Amino acid sequence: MSSPFEYAPAPESRAIVDIKPSYGLFVNGEFVDGHGTSFKTISPSTEEVLSEVAEADDADVDLAVKAARRAHTRVWGRMPGRERAKYLYRIARIIQERGRELAVLESIDNGKPIKEARDVDVPTAAAHFFYYAGWADKLEYSGYGTTPLGVAGQVIPWNFPLLMLAWKIAPALACGNTVVLKPAETTPLTALLFAEICQQADLPPGVVNIVTGAGDTGRALVAHPDVDKVAFTGSTDVGRAIAKAVAGSSKKVTLELGGKAANIVFDDAPIDQAVEGIVTGIFFNQGHVCCAGSRLLVQESVADEVLERLKRRVSTLRVGDPLDKNTDIGAINSAEQLARITELSDLGEAEGAGRWSPACELPERGFWFPPTIFTNVTQAHRIAREEIFGPVLSVLTFRTPSEAVEKANNTPYGLSAGVWTDKGSLILHMANQLRAGVVWANTFNKFDPTSPFGGYKESGYGREGGRHGLEAYLKGASA
Amino acid sequence: MTSTPTTTATAPAADFTDITRSDATLRRFLHGLPGVDQVGAEARAAGLGTRSIKTTAKAFAIDLAIRMVDLTTLEGADTHGKVRALAAKAMHPDPADPSCPMTAAVCVYPDMVATAKEVLGDSGVHVAAVATAFPSGRAALDIKLADTRDAVEAGADEIDMVIDRGAFLSGRYKDVYDEIVAVREACGAAHLKVIFETGELQTYDNVRRASWLAMMAGGHFIKTSTGKVQPAATLPVTLVMLEAVRDFREATGQMVGVKPAGGIRSTKDAIKYLVMVNEIAGQDWLDPDWFRFGASTLLNDLLMQRTKMTTGRYSGPDYFTLD
Repeated sequence: MSSPFEYAPAPESRAIVDIKPSYGLFVNGEFVDGHGTSFKTISPSTEEVLSEVAEADDADVDLAVKAARRAHTRVWGRMPGRERAKYLYRIARIIQERGRELAVLESIDNGKPIKEARDVDVPTAAAHFFYYAGWADKLEYSGYGTTPLGVAGQVIPWNFPLLMLAWKIAPALACGNTVVLKPAETTPLTALLFAEICQQADLPPGVVNIVTGAGDTGRALVAHPDVDKVAFTGSTDVGRAIAKAVAGSSKKVTLELGGKAANIVFDDAPIDQAVEGIVTGIFFNQGHVCCAGSRLLVQESVADEVLERLKRRVSTLRVGDPLDKNTDIGAINSAEQLARITELSDLGEAEGAGRWSPACELPERGFWFPPTIFTNVTQAHRIAREEIFGPVLSVLTFRTPSEAVEKANNTPYGLSAGVWTDKGSLILHMANQLRAGVVWANTFNKFDPTSPFGGYKESGYGREGGRHGLEAYLKGASA
Repeated sequence: MTSTPTTTATAPAADFTDITRSDATLRRFLHGLPGVDQVGAEARAAGLGTRSIKTTAKAFAIDLAIRMVDLTTLEGADTHGKVRALAAKAMHPDPADPSCPMTAAVCVYPDMVATAKEVLGDSGVHVAAVATAFPSGRAALDIKLADTRDAVEAGADEIDMVIDRGAFLSGRYKDVYDEIVAVREACGAAHLKVIFETGELQTYDNVRRASWLAMMAGGHFIKTSTGKVQPAATLPVTLVMLEAVRDFREATGQMVGVKPAGGIRSTKDAIKYLVMVNEIAGQDWLDPDWFRFGASTLLNDLLMQRTKMTTGRYSGPDYFTLD
């Protein structure tokens, strides 16, 4: 879009972040060397190498789990809830204080727009610590008991590195567990900055341990015999492998996996806001959202109108430098992910769906994919069934509410759904019938620490967030 | 009904006769427009408000905003001297800097039009007059029309009329429509801005309906507020109106302007509005012919920021004229 009002670049300064040339593992309150082959983390928007990060091998994972066990039995597990709460509040406040630093680092390492890191990731991460800090001394009212499980092994994805860390660590610590957390290999930096925050908060050594690495490190952590609880967010394939690995053991597991959410727009919907919701649903965080509204189900009578407005709106999205405060869509997290998005999109075209992207210039270096809309998609198309995990929307139509329900539920996944209508009764009717963990009404992709989040079917099991999120970290219900 | 046949006013090009026949047909149409979700509309407006406008874009925005200002004085205490001063300021907002653009118009009560016109001459700055028993709009139609004609005869280029909010809220859409059509006729060649007083209409659904009503009746501009009622202009209300003019052009091919008025005081706020114009209605509306600010205090902040951009330093309020 060339306009006389072309916004001049408004880059956020990187000066606030001090990225070290190399990072070790965070075990027992200290940074230590790893025994594996260290690996590089790069900025997806420039392919610039940011830092070298240690890889934890089996022995390192074992040390981390031992440190966590020690911290649990000696300090954290026996500490009164009100004392644990103080640490959590302290961490929450430090996250706020160092919010800009965290946001800039997240944007550099992940490729997401600074706007989202600043306005969503960091504040929501802090909110999770505040929320679960409040629960720490009130567990007896939770209905899930007050006894922690012990050591939690947690593996998180690359799409919301800091936020997923908060979702995992905050409830675990509030309940009295200690943790060993493995961030994704492409986005370890905010977790390592969080380790510094734990030091700054004087968190007792061993309560939080961060082991970096790829699949092998994760496997070692999940399979470690002294881990009492496994929490994983990521792909359904890996989730399935984890479920197999822990089957037969006494480990508790929560899995938060893929999704192919239906975003359902009825003809009486507030159209302009529905269009916003469709954009938020699929183009937020480059579509790297497991609950993304990647299937738009729109009532046939308004399909053309919605699509036309949607295209006009998508044409105003600004793709580019994630550190520019006006960027709406940043970089794809990795070359690997870009290849997958490209492959599935090409497949959509080959299957006969209509492909559309706005005219937008993509930077030369880095990993980029334009916002893309597929029209004339049917349930039989692979792009309507498989999770693409990128800025790619499939548009399907329906005629009646029951057809919408059938199509929405006709997926192996069931993480989230959206309903857009002016009619309250229709919202409730739909919410009751949609098999999805979250159903948003006249909004999409809104997260709040007080709301439980989790899926049906291949989207995993267990809930994170809210009171329900405590269940995964406590032994036995008392009420 | 007294109605002097007026000359250049033409009926709206698009044919709405089926819709505008009665209260019932109007209600059916207006209530059939897509609703506005309050939370979503406000979130969108707030999101656009976070755009970071710097350097060249900011300089462009400031000059554009100055060109869009309807420099306004609407006080019972207005005097000819005050209006002359205001008109002079409209032509030379920053006497120290001749490169500073003129404002779009000077907005006054009808009895001050001649005075403003006298100062402004053919400078290009328009004279806008509020009419139709501004700000309450509670008078007989004859009086409203006489008020309008009075202003036009005195030389007003633009008429800012208020709608009958009582009629609108009680569902007498036809009355509101007819009144706008009549005032537009009385305007002759002058442009008509239709003020909704959105603070009294309360809901965004009402704002969207009023927008369509005014556009169908042939208003050249739709305007949020008189400035006498709080809340006056807000970002979300203007967002809904910008969506309406965008949709109206799509439906009819005709462009209608938008004027938020009341409460816009800072350059920062003005830029937020311009970002919204750019991203909601589109760049065609980034022009004083299609977007205005009804503001009196905004101008000095724009001037101060403009000076800051050219000199790198802030000057004090005393470096700019009061009015």
